[in-house]
Amino acid sequence: MTLTKTLRAATAISLIAAGGAYAETITIATVNNGDMIRMQGYTDDFTAKTGHEVEWVTLEENVLRQRVTTDITTKGGQFDIMTIGMYETPIWGANGWLVPLDDLSEEYDVDDILPAMANGLSHDGTLYAAPFYGESSMVMYRTDLMEAAGLEMPDAPTWTFIREAAAAMTDRDADINGICLRGKAGWGEGGAFINTMANSFGARPLDEDWNAQLDSEAWAETLNFYVDMMNESGPTGFATNGFNENLSLFNQGKCGMWIDATVAASFVTNPNDSEVADSVGFALAPDNGLGKRSNWLWAWALAIPSGTAKADAAKEFIEWATSKDYIELVAENEGWANVPPGARTSLYENPNYAEVPFAKMTLDSILSADPNNPTVDPVPYVGIQFAAIPEWAGFWTEVSQEFSAAYAGQQTVEEALEKAQAITNEAMEAAGYR
Amino acid sequence: MATKASRSAARLMMAPAVVLLLGWMLVPLIMTLWFSFRRYLPLRGGDLGWAGFDNYVRFVTSSSFWPAVQTTLVIVVGVLVITVCLGVLLAILLDQPMWGQGVVRILVIAPFFVMPTVSALVWKNMFMDPVNGLFAHLWRFFGAEPVSWLSDVATPSIIMIVSWQWLPFATLILLTAIQSLDSEQLEAAEMDGAPVLQRFIYIILPHLSRAITIVVLIQTIFLLAIFAEIFVTTGGAFGTRTLSYLIFQRVLESQNVGLGSAGGVYAIILANIVAIFLMRIVGKNLDN
Amino acid sequence: MARAVTPRRKVINTSLAWLIGLLIFFPILWTILTSFKTEAQAIASPPLFLNFDWTLENYGVVMERSNYARFLWNSILIAGGSTILGLIIAVPAAWSMAFVPSKRTKDILLWMLSTKMLPAVGVLYPIYLLFIKMGLLDSRAGLVIVMMLINLPIIVWMLYTYFREIPVEILEAARMDGASLKEEVLYILTPMAIPGIASTMLLNFILAWNEAFWTLNLTAVNAAPLTAFIASYSSPEGLFFAKLSAASTMAIAPILIMGWFSQKQLVRGLTFGAVK
Repeated sequence: MTLTKTLRAATAISLIAAGGAYAETITIATVNNGDMIRMQGYTDDFTAKTGHEVEWVTLEENVLRQRVTTDITTKGGQFDIMTIGMYETPIWGANGWLVPLDDLSEEYDVDDILPAMANGLSHDGTLYAAPFYGESSMVMYRTDLMEAAGLEMPDAPTWTFIREAAAAMTDRDADINGICLRGKAGWGEGGAFINTMANSFGARPLDEDWNAQLDSEAWAETLNFYVDMMNESGPTGFATNGFNENLSLFNQGKCGMWIDATVAASFVTNPNDSEVADSVGFALAPDNGLGKRSNWLWAWALAIPSGTAKADAAKEFIEWATSKDYIELVAENEGWANVPPGARTSLYENPNYAEVPFAKMTLDSILSADPNNPTVDPVPYVGIQFAAIPEWAGFWTEVSQEFSAAYAGQQTVEEALEKAQAITNEAMEAAGYR
Repeated sequence: MATKASRSAARLMMAPAVVLLLGWMLVPLIMTLWFSFRRYLPLRGGDLGWAGFDNYVRFVTSSSFWPAVQTTLVIVVGVLVITVCLGVLLAILLDQPMWGQGVVRILVIAPFFVMPTVSALVWKNMFMDPVNGLFAHLWRFFGAEPVSWLSDVATPSIIMIVSWQWLPFATLILLTAIQSLDSEQLEAAEMDGAPVLQRFIYIILPHLSRAITIVVLIQTIFLLAIFAEIFVTTGGAFGTRTLSYLIFQRVLESQNVGLGSAGGVYAIILANIVAIFLMRIVGKNLDN
Repeated sequence: MARAVTPRRKVINTSLAWLIGLLIFFPILWTILTSFKTEAQAIASPPLFLNFDWTLENYGVVMERSNYARFLWNSILIAGGSTILGLIIAVPAAWSMAFVPSKRTKDILLWMLSTKMLPAVGVLYPIYLLFIKMGLLDSRAGLVIVMMLINLPIIVWMLYTYFREIPVEILEAARMDGASLKEEVLYILTPMAIPGIASTMLLNFILAWNEAFWTLNLTAVNAAPLTAFIASYSSPEGLFFAKLSAASTMAIAPILIMGWFSQKQLVRGLTFGAVK
């Protein structure tokens, strides 16, 4: 028996030696979005290449945030890689909670990451998370309905046009709503959308001295425009619709237009999921003639919490999952339309990818987003649909809950903005900005 | 009655439970109290020093505090009223002779086995979704405009979901109580020609009072803490933010542990007010 | 029990009870049915009741995506472990409270219940920090302890009320006959207490199985039970009713089946002293 054990140990050691590095099992917390689920399916490819095993903790977005934030702030060390976004990365990086990704290998070609993404995932010029996919937002619309309405979508529409087109496309009897937009409470849901819309209307949530600006004329105009347009041409119950609800509606042919994340383009043009796959067009997110478009910038990225003992294996995973090879791997198996978009420059230089109908508009949208100058009037923070400050997720969720109540007709826009103003100022005081 | 030896043996037997629960109560309580007096902001570097009563003042003066207390009470009372009333009626019905009693009982208690997250998800998506939900189909079938349950009538919807989960529990306890009712007494009353309502008020209800108190006590403990149902369905929007949800928002969403801990202390105070109130009633009922 | 009723009344009772029973059960039934549909059929309008092509596709997808067996096993271990541990601690306590009551017995009991009123979200940080210190994060042992503590007040109380209904005269008679404490517990009390203990066990198992805050927040991989499993299916991109239904069915089926088989035991002891 002892002999067998020794033998087995010896075999194990020789195996490790052959592998060149110690084989580890890394734990990855991730969100249950389609691209991540697909990545889990390819884990075997990673294991075959490196010998490391992967344990997945897949959670719904809100639960994931709650889970990884608790773990990182208490240094719980439960995860070797966390899937986080452009909001968390700079804050956590500044606190020294993430392993800097400054020594990635030559083949990885870190300079290939789209500069907009790299900037958003860095703090003081150091990259702390590698983008798995990146997105902006844009208009997705039904070309057939647009034609039937006798209109033509410009590449860069205005809000006035969108509202007119929405009214023209709406056909309540046929269950077609001219426009579907997020109204669901949550800073990353309807809260993100309305903030980008407000940016294009010349509104800002905070002034340079961190005073709430939600009682401004521009905010009232934004919200009234949104509510009026949605009441005219939006689906019933839009106050609870988030990304996912709108995606279902659009795929079922119930929306004329939908302004949302650019990654949705690959879902709505996929004939397996979408009933309208062959009649979808794309345009830049609308503006209001003030020089700012209402598109956001976001990336889901992989980061390594400092303190993990498996940082090397984790880095290998990140290099695998966000590499050019991974994109090739997905393209080979599932087609170019399904590769994770918006992360790498080389993808958009690839002639195969250029044939994908939404590729150009996605890139143009990403390039036109500027987190350093998100608003018409100056603001003290960085970020477009959010401010990269720790308090944002909390108070903006509460603010968006007031907005959603207004969308549902439970209070007026004025009441909602008044409460939002109070909530924002309370939060700024509690955090010590004012 | 009991000897000294058995008394000390009894104390020894009780000790593990008491000590463990004391620890489980005191350790988090003391930590919560400590945090509640600190400026503890995990995302700004952790414990930033003494805060005095700032957190306590800030928590109650926040515009969300009183509405949250109110929502908490509305949900707790709403669910209690529904489960107790329906529970009594259902228990009386199930006590009647019928075919397939066992199967019906199984059907009725089934929701109790469903985890809150699952029940909230199922209700939210498959029933209350204003486009694809079953209710929407039903409403459209009758030519009505589908209701946006979780925005227009959010609190009643949540009360309904939670009541569905707790109705089996109430029914079961009330059913056992009814079954212990002396059927001769009932029959005698029936012979005397006492109408149904009178029999219910003068015989059944008094007999059930003890069981009802117990249902109320146990459910209140669980209902004050409901969280998953709100987290999954509305995320606290549309006036469904309870006190424990508000604390969640302060601690996890706003990452202000000090403020949230102060809220926790308030929640304990509120829970104890409710508890003392309840235990007065239950205590009386338990004594006899 | 057997009261004389007219056949007509029995028919009315039966149909009313069945109607209500099916109504209450319907959400679960609908979930199970939907789990066998394709995603398109799941949202079909008008809704399809039985007339669809039954498919196991959703179960296949869920099995492929998640390690269901591990989640299930963790649920069983955590719920089972906490139940056994809880009984070991609660039975003696409830026994002594019921048979050797003191002036403070009731106060202790009510105090125990009041420990359940600390809002879980408020103490997440303290408990998380403690778990890190003690190395209990993502361990089944840690969760077993927490689940046991959470349910301990309820099961002490439930057992206490049950034990109290055991007539003291029997015990006294046994003592007269010179039975020792050990014999008293072993030969007289235990047989009489078994129904109560059984139903307490079941209740505790159900409560621990369904607890969704601590089981989600204190686990990652090794100890994650079915409550964590369901959290990865709650709002994915695209159509998901069928997959969600399949995952939901998988999460509740084991406990539902167990509950159905043991409902007689559960019901018998689930009185909390409601019956005098």
